[in-house]
Amino acid sequence: MTKTVIEMVGVNKWYGDFQALNNINLKVEEGDRIVICGPSGSGKSTLIRTLNYLEAHQEGRITVDGTDLHPRMKNVTQVRTNTGMVFQQFNLFPHMTVLENLMAGPIWVRKLPKAEARAQAMTYLDRVRIPEQADKYPGQLSGGQQQRVAIARSLCMNPKVMLFDEPTSALDPEMVSEVLDTMIGLARDGMTMICVTHEMGFAKAVADRVIFMDQGEIVEENAPKPFFDAPQNSRTKTFLGQILQH
Amino acid sequence: MLHRDTVISDIAVHKPKVMAGIFAAAFVIFTLMGLKDTIFGALMAPVIGDPAEAGFSGNAATGLVLAILLTVNIVLIAFLPLRYQIGIVWLQLLLLFLTFFYSFDLKLSFIQTKIWFMITQGLFTTLYISAISIALASGLAIIGAVAKLSSNGFAFAIASFYTSFFRGIPLLMQIYLIYLGLPQLGFVIDAVPAGILALTLCYGAYMTEIFRAGIQSIDKGQWEASRSIGFGFGLTMRRIILPQSMPLIIPPTGNQFIAMLKDSSLVSVIGVWELMFLARTLGNKDFRHMEMLITAAMIYWMLTVCLELIQSRIERHYKSPQH
Repeated sequence: MTKTVIEMVGVNKWYGDFQALNNINLKVEEGDRIVICGPSGSGKSTLIRTLNYLEAHQEGRITVDGTDLHPRMKNVTQVRTNTGMVFQQFNLFPHMTVLENLMAGPIWVRKLPKAEARAQAMTYLDRVRIPEQADKYPGQLSGGQQQRVAIARSLCMNPKVMLFDEPTSALDPEMVSEVLDTMIGLARDGMTMICVTHEMGFAKAVADRVIFMDQGEIVEENAPKPFFDAPQNSRTKTFLGQILQH
Repeated sequence: MLHRDTVISDIAVHKPKVMAGIFAAAFVIFTLMGLKDTIFGALMAPVIGDPAEAGFSGNAATGLVLAILLTVNIVLIAFLPLRYQIGIVWLQLLLLFLTFFYSFDLKLSFIQTKIWFMITQGLFTTLYISAISIALASGLAIIGAVAKLSSNGFAFAIASFYTSFFRGIPLLMQIYLIYLGLPQLGFVIDAVPAGILALTLCYGAYMTEIFRAGIQSIDKGQWEASRSIGFGFGLTMRRIILPQSMPLIIPPTGNQFIAMLKDSSLVSVIGVWELMFLARTLGNKDFRHMEMLITAAMIYWMLTVCLELIQSRIERHYKSPQH
């Protein structure tokens, strides 16, 4: 039987008068691979950022691995370490080496012994295929390498679900595929993941559900094949027409 | 360094017109200064005779020689590579300064008898008061900066009141207020702790703003990344934010330390035996004020030069490969 990792029920969020999330209902089970797309300002980044409580929602209920998210929760650390977040701008710590970036969480949050944290970090660096960069600083790496380090940093916390917030949008075109390959590898290994992206090839290859958002709402949700071949909603059709015409 | 253009303009002081202008101006100024009665006039004695009787022509002759020397000097220096230019100009300005002091008719033997005490007592006191104060002020500044950035009304109000008050009142007055005011409340406080307290509170207020700006300059993505791997506020601050703001905080903090070193002279008003106090009192008995003041000034200056060197070392350290 599959286990529910994330559940959103009737979630609403406003920035002042602007409604960023409008009645969002979403259920993510273990092993699910979900791609969220939509025009800019549609609330997809906001949605993914509410899932590790970097953003607070105002109405509705969000549960992550059985924990209810609310402003006064005591175990936010547990929620955040259970959800690995990968940012558009990588957000590596520039004053630490790659290895130190990967060891920071395990050592100071998980209280792992240094040697163990180092061994684990090297395992994940191997997995994103840049073990030789371990002692460099983020500023010395290419964008694609930095993003792969960021993915490895999240993996070091052994998260139950990985959240990707437009992970390839800040990359030069020739570096997109090395990051996508890493993500596809993760998906193959059965990682639960939610990914905000415009890479439709990636969506077709790994997603088992694609969600289209517009103006803070989930407009359409379907398996990739029917989603791309026969979109139901006119807004979805317009959006897909715009991004697939090239 | 300013971002220099690749186009090189002509050296101004190698243009005859510019040099003629400088020469004329120097000649007029030196002549009008009436230098015949100074050391320069004395050196010119073989030409102008007894300076006291030389009259205007004596002034003019002295002015002429000095103007020629200055002009030739400038033209020659302009030919040298940058590093030599800097060295030579420094040396010449230093010599001018020494000449200026020499003209006070200082008694070097008097300085020699006092300088050791000035260093062991005065310099030592100045240094340790400043060092303790800057360390305490840094701690205060971190707390103040966090308070000023927090959303806690009490913390913000207290911190902003603190910075407003201590930046708004002369340091000299703060020293008096603490030294004379605290005993009114029943806390009798010695001069040294009172001085340290005043310096700490005053510089802590200035440095609060420095630390606040440093912390604010860090991208919000760093906070989010840190939180998303489970760091709480303390860890984020200590491991992620402060280490990254250091390169921005250190240069102005170094400036503050240098400023404090000299402002610590104000503590002399409550009788702490630091450099300034000794400079004012040691010469009293023999009416040798100038000797002691100049010696103290030189010690302050040397100290500042040392600190500037240390500061540039630290800045270079923080400019390591990651940036």
